Amino acid sequence: MSEVAVTTTQADVPLTGFVGQVLERLGDSVLEVQKCVQLRGIARIEPARTVEVAEKMLAMPGCRLATATGIEVRDGIDVLYHWIIERSAAGEAAVADQPAGVVITLKVLAARPELALDSIANAVPAANWIEREMHDLLGANFRNHPDMRRLILDDSWPEGVHPLRKDFDQVADRPPLPPNQSPPDVESTNCTKENNKGQVRGTLPTGGRDKK
Amino acid sequence: MSHKTVVNIGPFHPLQEEAEFFQLYVDGETVVDMDVRISYNHRGIEKLDESKTFDQVPFVVERVCGICSASHPLAYIQAVEDIAHVDMPERALYLRTIVNELERIHSHMLWVGLAGHFLGYNTVFMWAWKYREPVMDVLEVATGSRVTYANCKIGGVRRDMTDEQLRTIDRSCAELVGPLEMLTNAVLDDPVLHARLKNVGILTPADVKAYGALGPTARGSGVPIDVRRDEPYAAYDRVDWKVITAPGGDVFGKAVVRLLECFEAVKITRQCCDYLLKNPGGEIDAKVEAIPPGEGVGRVEAPRGETFHYVRSDGSNRPTRHKVRAPSFNNVPTFKASCIGLQIPDVAITLASVDPCYSCTERMCTIVDAETHKPMYNFAELVRLSQQKTERMKKEW
Amino acid sequence: MALKMWALRKSLWVYHVNTGACNNCDIEVLELLTPRYDIERFGMMLVGSPRHADVLAVTGVCTRQAMPRLQEVYMQTAKPCVVLAVGACACGQGIFTEAYHMGPTVDEAIKAVDPNAIIMYVPGCSPKPEAMIDATVKAMELLKTL
Repeated sequence: MSEVAVTTTQADVPLTGFVGQVLERLGDSVLEVQKCVQLRGIARIEPARTVEVAEKMLAMPGCRLATATGIEVRDGIDVLYHWIIERSAAGEAAVADQPAGVVITLKVLAARPELALDSIANAVPAANWIEREMHDLLGANFRNHPDMRRLILDDSWPEGVHPLRKDFDQVADRPPLPPNQSPPDVESTNCTKENNKGQVRGTLPTGGRDKK
Repeated sequence: MSHKTVVNIGPFHPLQEEAEFFQLYVDGETVVDMDVRISYNHRGIEKLDESKTFDQVPFVVERVCGICSASHPLAYIQAVEDIAHVDMPERALYLRTIVNELERIHSHMLWVGLAGHFLGYNTVFMWAWKYREPVMDVLEVATGSRVTYANCKIGGVRRDMTDEQLRTIDRSCAELVGPLEMLTNAVLDDPVLHARLKNVGILTPADVKAYGALGPTARGSGVPIDVRRDEPYAAYDRVDWKVITAPGGDVFGKAVVRLLECFEAVKITRQCCDYLLKNPGGEIDAKVEAIPPGEGVGRVEAPRGETFHYVRSDGSNRPTRHKVRAPSFNNVPTFKASCIGLQIPDVAITLASVDPCYSCTERMCTIVDAETHKPMYNFAELVRLSQQKTERMKKEW
Repeated sequence: MALKMWALRKSLWVYHVNTGACNNCDIEVLELLTPRYDIERFGMMLVGSPRHADVLAVTGVCTRQAMPRLQEVYMQTAKPCVVLAVGACACGQGIFTEAYHMGPTVDEAIKAVDPNAIIMYVPGCSPKPEAMIDATVKAMELLKTL
């Protein structure tokens, strides 16, 4: 079965050179090869097998996750994992004709309406922050992510508003600003005293509670 | 169960110039876990770029980070050139290299100064910054501004350098070698610094691969990742230089890498000046008519590591998507691997050792008691603790 | 008040707040401490707490996340104090005006908590250290007239 999948894609873009070898190793999880040249490869992979592919990629010598890009497209959110294969880190086991500095972009579609994908952060720690970022900015959901808290947007930003979506206008759709801090009595130094109350430096942790 | 305390560092603290918020979970003096909250510097540049034309974007990305203000535009421009297949004139490649290497020298010296300050060696701080000034002057001579260079454009560079400017750059770089040697020897020979920095905040090569650490952070762990060699851009394949690595992965290794890289940067810059003086004249930019539809990747070795830009074009005059990934975005999460198990005074220097850049990463710190949520330390006090530890060690020596 | 002002105008202590700057202005503010510019000759120094400060050197665009913190820092600063808005971003958000994560401008954010705030603007992207020294000296002159 895997042979068939590879040959159909070969009709469009032949799998050549080192990049071709890498994409061939991913087998039938590759749905479509969009670019296969000396230093660049772009392929679309099956969403259900994201984690499996990520593990395979990380296991290759000299391979590391550079970052991921999320793009909103018609059918959902395209997540592009950019893998970089360095010759240097591969050591003596490197393939003789392996070029240095190969960038392989693996596209995965998080289809509407769920916009969900399996998180690769458990397998690849480098993906942890970037998946949180895509969740904030684009609303992509990552299943089984170890720590899906807000990363990039501020504390007062409303849930469900994603600024990198195409229908978000960066000026017109800005959410209301966070409330101002309560204005102090300007002439007096009261405000400073007020704030000082809360400050305990190097005291025992029970100090504050005993007063209550 | 022992008593765990949360130490908050930030968001505004006097030494790291930028706002970020760390929470250290400490048991006694030992850090057992940590957490970072960013967003203080998030401006929304990726969305902003979608409303700018291809030629306007370099000026925006230049302001992603002030210390990498030559690397970010170059990475973006290389991504666009990846789409448009531009043949660059030779002279432009060398001119790009000069500005990027001068930036590396000033950034590394800045770091050495700040690291000295964190450890209580204010003399190092003052000296490093004093000898950094000529580099800033040279950059001003060459580009018109001390920090924002506006040097690159799609297809080449915006300004040529005259022979006189090139000779000034060459002379200043030559004069820099003496002070750099002095600084390097001062750091490498000091027994107190050895005791403070060796075996502190170790990042193993396996962690480097897992977290995708970059630049001096990776090279300090003996992992030779360097975009300048792996995928040569500008004129790096035309000049003689070598990738600096240090074994160990501790703070000391990262300091050594940065100091020695300054010498390499001086070497590269002087070779470029030499070439340009011997080959005067010539085009400095190639004509770029339109950007065809497609997607491109641009990679540049910034002072902190690989800067990664992804641009997608639909054939119009604006990018449909522009992704910026600064090196600190990958380097900052390595704190989770390197800081755990450390003593609180060692955390300041370990946090500083990756030279974090939050305007890049886009993204606060005080020490808070876990039960009462009262602040106990701020970053200034952490630095004070760190400086006191150095004092103690000095006496022991 | 007179005694306080007398004491104040001799040596200004500066606290540096980054509200979402690109680092350029921040390096240049730090640069003021170093041998070439040596701002301590005017009796100024960078301090580690807003409670010790007479001048707030604010850099950056004031992002949504930084805005409440900037206001808090301003309220903690001993009064009277001068706010220096350093750089094009702090003066009016500069190139980032249209971006989605912007808060109010620095002066608006501070005037919301203190309508009588003294705000000085240091334009430039980034301003040269000489411009910042000029601004702090002008701030000293201004405090003498209060």
